[in-house]
Amino acid sequence: MSDLQTQSLTIRTPEGIVFPLLLASPVTRFLALFIDTMAVQVVLSILYLLTPLLLPLGVDFTFAMFTIASFVINIAYAMVLEWAWRGQTIGKRVLGMRVMDENGFHLTPYQIIMRNLLRFADMLPLYYMLGGIFCLVSPKSQRLGDIAANTVVIRMPKFKEPDLDQIMEDKFNSLAEYPHIAARLRQRASQETAGVALAALMRRDELDPQARLELFHAIAEHLKEIVSFPQEAVEGLSDEQYVRNSVDILYRS
Amino acid sequence: MIIDLQKFIKEQRPAWTRLEKYLDMLERNPERRFSMDEVRDFHTLYQRASADLARIATFSSERSVRTYLEALVARAYAEIYETRQKGRRFTPIKWFFHTFPRTFRKHIAAFWAALIVTAVGSAFGGFAILLDPNAKEVIVPFSHLMQSPNERVAEEEAAEEDHMQGHKAMFSSHLMVNNISVSFRVLALGLTWGIGTIILLFYNGIILGAVAADYVAAGETQFLLGWLLPHGSVEIPSVLLAGQAGLVIAQALIGRNDPHGLKQRLKNIGPDIIHLAGGLAIILVWAGIIESYLSQYHEPVLPYWLKISFGSVQMVLLFFFLFKSGKSAKKTNEESQPSLAGVQST
Repeated sequence: MSDLQTQSLTIRTPEGIVFPLLLASPVTRFLALFIDTMAVQVVLSILYLLTPLLLPLGVDFTFAMFTIASFVINIAYAMVLEWAWRGQTIGKRVLGMRVMDENGFHLTPYQIIMRNLLRFADMLPLYYMLGGIFCLVSPKSQRLGDIAANTVVIRMPKFKEPDLDQIMEDKFNSLAEYPHIAARLRQRASQETAGVALAALMRRDELDPQARLELFHAIAEHLKEIVSFPQEAVEGLSDEQYVRNSVDILYRS
Repeated sequence: MIIDLQKFIKEQRPAWTRLEKYLDMLERNPERRFSMDEVRDFHTLYQRASADLARIATFSSERSVRTYLEALVARAYAEIYETRQKGRRFTPIKWFFHTFPRTFRKHIAAFWAALIVTAVGSAFGGFAILLDPNAKEVIVPFSHLMQSPNERVAEEEAAEEDHMQGHKAMFSSHLMVNNISVSFRVLALGLTWGIGTIILLFYNGIILGAVAADYVAAGETQFLLGWLLPHGSVEIPSVLLAGQAGLVIAQALIGRNDPHGLKQRLKNIGPDIIHLAGGLAIILVWAGIIESYLSQYHEPVLPYWLKISFGSVQMVLLFFFLFKSGKSAKKTNEESQPSLAGVQST
């Protein structure tokens, strides 16, 4: 979580909305680079296998064409894909990353060419050492090409639409039968308490069974300290059900 | 402040889902064009999601919905404020004969600076060889240039077989790839505030000066000119163009006498760097062909006067092209100055 908070770039839209772009770390960028290098090698290998087709034109000509094609593919690979896939190459796509303008926009052709052209400096003295160092020390994890082209590489994790069914279900809420106590709960429970209870319900499926029991027990105990419902209202309720009913009360006006 | 979160999410969820569908669609097919109705719908959905994000931001307990909305708004924001220029066709001929030479002239001071650095390096290399002929082994990194100039000339002129036979194209392609790589490195090292560019230009100059001095001192000036001029007359200026681009980058980084911020300065020169890089790459392709198919042949196969004349004429034409080409179109194209049009609109 702290990683998400520190490695992000805050964008403020003209509408006054503020949202963060999560910056890709140097390690994930290196992994994407590795995948891209492999992808280029695969393309070159296929090209090499196809060279016999040109042999009737002469061995010299065939290998000259292969040399030039290899160079062009190496240079153009990232440029073409970043243009066609809006800032993504195969490696970046696999790892859910994207190159973007520093202001959160899509890239212009100039930015794409510039950041890839200046790769020649990032690659020095070998294996992207210079670019890697800049990536590590730059506040926005930018290599030299990124700095010159005003671009950043961001992570685009696919956030799933929140599944709120666990508190949306129209299940019977025995605690709601006591509106005066429910009103007291709403009055006394802090926003932090409500937030923790809601977050626990949202993420309950991610928890180990034992941890889940312990967590909901702790939250239920805390809620019971705030207000006390009559015995008949809580009878037969598990800790988790108690928390769910409480959250239902806290978040429903 | 949202009073009823449950109701709020229930009401807004369909709109978020619809916006997400639009975004997925664009991601799968970036070139897809929306109809006017779809554009309006997309824009409305973006505004709604933005407003929802602003509202939910007040609800500190609701982290997952907020994170989801942030990601959604971030994706939609990039689409809404799309900065790509549409409908501008790239015309290679016009670019090469107008944009490229005009960009060269626009930054002519940087070109002269690159030339001076190379010339100083050449003078240094030349003097070093004249003062200490043994320094050749240290200065010149090419093994085939280690033998004495007289021996080499005698060998080349006595050759009865075409030593390039069967690998001219291959040699040519290697020269192209190597020269373009070196030039792009010279250019890219402008990012080191020009220090890397200057070092590479100076070093290139040293080698050039050392080789030239070695051959001149040995009385092989004619061979030297016949050997170097056909390809060197375009290859060396191309490296200088790379140096020019590198120094333009350095100038933008330093930003002396420029009121713009660093980001804006880099934005402004970005297109110019690309024009120079593209232009010099094309010239180096030509240089690679000439070096392999012409420069490697000497008398008696090709008379020196022919090779020297070819190289000289080529150099004059190159500089005529760089200094004059595209001048007539200056006024008409002033508004669509390639270096800035694409950038300022962002």
